[in-house]
Amino acid sequence: MNLPIRLTVNGEPRDFVLDDPRVTLLDLLRERLQLTGTKKGCDRGQCGACTVIVDGRRINSCLQLAASLDGADILTIEGVAKGEHLHPVQAALVAHDGMQCGFCTPGQVMSAIGLLTEGQAGSDPERIREGMSGNLCRCGAYAGITEAVLDAQKTIEAAKTERAA
Amino acid sequence: MNRFEYVRPASVTEAIAAAAAPGASYLASGTNLLDLMKGGVVRPSRLVDVSRLPGLDRIELQANGDLRIGALVRNADLAHDADFARACPAVAEALLSGASPQLRNAATIGGNLLQRTRCNYFYDTASACNKRTPGAGCDAHGGDNRHHAVLGWSNSCIATHPSDVCVPLVAFDAIAEIEGANGRREIAVEALHRLPGKTPEQDSALEPGELIVAVRLPAAAKSFAAHSRYLKLRDRTSYALALASVAAGLVTEGGTIKEARLALGGVAPKPWRARAAEAVLAGARIEPAAFRRAADVALGEAKPSGDNAFKIELARRIIVRALTLAAAGTPARMPALPASPFSSPAGAVQ
Repeated sequence: MNLPIRLTVNGEPRDFVLDDPRVTLLDLLRERLQLTGTKKGCDRGQCGACTVIVDGRRINSCLQLAASLDGADILTIEGVAKGEHLHPVQAALVAHDGMQCGFCTPGQVMSAIGLLTEGQAGSDPERIREGMSGNLCRCGAYAGITEAVLDAQKTIEAAKTERAA
Repeated sequence: MNRFEYVRPASVTEAIAAAAAPGASYLASGTNLLDLMKGGVVRPSRLVDVSRLPGLDRIELQANGDLRIGALVRNADLAHDADFARACPAVAEALLSGASPQLRNAATIGGNLLQRTRCNYFYDTASACNKRTPGAGCDAHGGDNRHHAVLGWSNSCIATHPSDVCVPLVAFDAIAEIEGANGRREIAVEALHRLPGKTPEQDSALEPGELIVAVRLPAAAKSFAAHSRYLKLRDRTSYALALASVAAGLVTEGGTIKEARLALGGVAPKPWRARAAEAVLAGARIEPAAFRRAADVALGEAKPSGDNAFKIELARRIIVRALTLAAAGTPARMPALPASPFSSPAGAVQ
């Protein structure tokens, strides 16, 4: 059984023919597009390493069948920086030492971008921690991650104010 | 994961026809189903993808004041709908206390109603489980069972129902709208989930092939909006299932409770409405002694199913705390840690 699907991945339309409906979005990204920045941690929706943005919302790509997402717009870690210019979340994670081994970092970046887009956390560290609780970090870089998200939020807000002025 | 046939019908009618095949299962967001399939716990031969059926993703205020939530409304969207959260704050709080932000962005209300238990022995295909394999036995009996039920369990099964949002839905008399081969019917969410008895393999009162298309909260639910809380005790404050949780709603007049709603989660095989405790509260003065009486009545029939006697006292205390906080008033803003007894919203009684 062959299922044709089209996804827009990091701005580029991509066509696939799935010969098996079991392929998850995570496996499609990693195995067919070689976009291996999105990590496979638990593969069961518990660790958040596979977080990507689908139609503007952060989700666990391990728990989505690619077939279900025909027509969707996907943003992965590979589509976040503009050339050499890091996204504010990425730059803030570097500045605040928000990582150690780095395995969870792509998921942390995508989750933080999702959180800031959702706009529910504001500048309350408790709300940031709660909003990032779907991303585990075995190295325990949580303090730096929280600071980085707060900082990135300020940078993004400042850029918005500057554009509006 | 087993092999399966994937079909994506264009309408509810087509979906119901496609799900008539033996071994078929509906797929909404899949946050629970795909996890179970990856573990080989369930093995549907056909997935009927209903995730994009038109018209089921709306939150509507009906002419009679009922709130109708389409089955495909995502948990996060419902919780963050300002009008809905104002009308049903305990439902919004329960939604935001469940799972992770990524899962809440995907998971649907219809799917949440039909979540399977998180009992480790149900998940572990090497263990005996009457729910997974009828007649196989129950390894949770005598096993690692501190998370298991203290109300409504049977010798066949001591698993709990894991949903947070179902707890306030049951407290506030929500109704499930169901479509099937024989047309449309409605059933109270309280009656949707079954007690295990001797047939724990049957989680719900749904007939094979029936599809939940909406959940309705009656207009009366809004009368509790000023005094509503959902509180949840868990092993860690975020992204964990309830050891014991409670949805509480009060209508008050002066220093007296006119009407009360109370339901428990994490302690029974289904979301547990505590009607006898509600009767104790109706007409009582707003004071700790009344809350304690209600808590004692709510847990009156409770008995441990294993190493979980602590849950009975935990449930009593979280009931008293939830009623105390509900009486003090629904917080103006969603607490930073939704449903946590450790958050202290301004104005809350400590």
